[in-house]
Amino acid sequence: METKNNWKAWLYLAPMLLLMSVFTFYPLINAFIISFYKGYRPLQNSIEGFTLLGNYLLILRNPLFWNAMKNTFVIAFISVPVSIFLSLAIAVGLKSIPKLNKFFQTVFFLPYVTNSIAVGMAFAVMFHKNYGLINAILERLGFAGRIDWIGGTSSWWTQMVALLIFTVWESLAFKILVFTSGMQNIDKQYYDAAKIDSASKWTVFRRITVPLLSPIILYISITSMIGALKAYNSVIGLFGVKLGNPSNSMITIVAFVYKYRAELASPGYYSYAAASAIILFIITVIFSLIQGAVSKKRVHY
Amino acid sequence: MSDVFVVNEKAYRAKKILTNVASYAFLALVALIILVPFYWMLLTSLKSQLLMEEIPPLLWLKPSQWELSNYSSLFALVQSGPRAGSPLFPFFTYLRNTVVVSIITTTGTTITTILAAYAFARLNFKGRDIVFAILLGTMMVPGEIFILTNFLTIAKLGLYTFDQTYGQVLVAMTVPFMTSVFYTFYLRQTFKQIPNELYYAAKVDGTTDFGYLLKVMIPVASPTIVTIIILNSMGAWSAYVWPAMVTMKDEFRLVSNGLRGAFTDTGSGRTDFGQQMAAATLVTVPLLILFFTFRKQIMRGVSRSGIKG
Repeated sequence: METKNNWKAWLYLAPMLLLMSVFTFYPLINAFIISFYKGYRPLQNSIEGFTLLGNYLLILRNPLFWNAMKNTFVIAFISVPVSIFLSLAIAVGLKSIPKLNKFFQTVFFLPYVTNSIAVGMAFAVMFHKNYGLINAILERLGFAGRIDWIGGTSSWWTQMVALLIFTVWESLAFKILVFTSGMQNIDKQYYDAAKIDSASKWTVFRRITVPLLSPIILYISITSMIGALKAYNSVIGLFGVKLGNPSNSMITIVAFVYKYRAELASPGYYSYAAASAIILFIITVIFSLIQGAVSKKRVHY
Repeated sequence: MSDVFVVNEKAYRAKKILTNVASYAFLALVALIILVPFYWMLLTSLKSQLLMEEIPPLLWLKPSQWELSNYSSLFALVQSGPRAGSPLFPFFTYLRNTVVVSIITTTGTTITTILAAYAFARLNFKGRDIVFAILLGTMMVPGEIFILTNFLTIAKLGLYTFDQTYGQVLVAMTVPFMTSVFYTFYLRQTFKQIPNELYYAAKVDGTTDFGYLLKVMIPVASPTIVTIIILNSMGAWSAYVWPAMVTMKDEFRLVSNGLRGAFTDTGSGRTDFGQQMAAATLVTVPLLILFFTFRKQIMRGVSRSGIKG
């Protein structure tokens, strides 16, 4: 009876598969093809020939690309562990309090439902050298000499610190929510047993909460790593389209892709954009594979 | 013996209160840090240029100091430059565009997703698992890869021209996003939980597959579908790259696009933070209203689905 559904099933899938063939599968293949073009003019649809790795090699020799790689990796490697650790701590805190859970959960979730660019701009004002809240607080704490965090005379370091703070602030919401609901699913028996053994809070956290949450932690670390590698809107929000001071000092891989994509009139640039997007894809795949392999032994299912 | 027990009980209670206080203090600090940027946005939007430039910055304002002109000046017409004649920040135009795009995209996504999830959850067909695995695999691919070719497709279809119409813009902004592998996956999980017996019973009654989907599956899965609708509608609100890419004219863009850049005087390079934050506030408030209206559905949906759309 069920096998008769063959053609019917494809009918149900047709709208989705049709849209995806045009806007997902074809673009995926085409991105590789574009990356092999020489002197491609996208709007005229003309090429001057083919090259296997020419565009990739050009990108790898472009200092701006390495700047983008450096920024992207710094963002990913710092913001992901920090935000995972913080949100775990917050989720544990939420679990331990008897009242106001709903209130705190709601407040912590707010960054998830806001517009990256609008809030990024608010952070930019907070980090303003003269009119910002951050320097006002530092001054009150006794640090004289206002720091130019993101302005015209700021350094790469201060800009990166500001970007990391904004990134972590933004990414906590989702993780706290997922960890909190994950902890609710942990069997109470484990905690009761620990109580009988009068285990310390830290031991309970290390020996019960983390191991039993490990599938969720793994999942979150992979998805947020992929998300962090695609950082873009946060950079636009905080630094504007100049992407930092001097221009492009805070460029990320995605920003690099869009920068070259926008040069529609310059022959070959679209292929650089395609090649760099594919490099980003390869990096995300490698990361997911490594994380999957490393955690295979450590994750308890 | 009972004495010892009482002492322990007291010590235990004291310790418990202490850790509670510590927990509350920690959570309150985090809550403060989460809320401060919103506060600073609103505060700055209410500062006059004079108060704005005070050093150190004012940390609060008396209601009598509130300067609402930052908001009204957003709607003043630009005098010169390429945007002459249009409002400094045409919020209501952007708002309308965003709502229209959001409704069209969400309608399309909901329909294609329900149909596909039904096929994957309920129907048996050759190649089902392979197709499903391939679809899930596409979720790993960074969207930038698709955007490159999708832009060219839109241009080839004649939707990106100097005399672009509103209809063409809407097609360009919505059609590529009218489906979602992720929501299909999410909805399939819900559909799968509906017992097979219902399906066979309906079959015996002579209900068609499509009738069963409409009369049983969709009503039973409606909480999940509502969540998908809400989460998906919020997407248009933060869309930035694509709407800017496929629109020729400013008046066709979405809320995120107008935010950055419009408030910096091209001559002096000075940014009017008051106006900038007024615009940011206007963009933030509707989302917060939506959030507080559907708080339960949104938070449940995100925690169950576990992926940011």
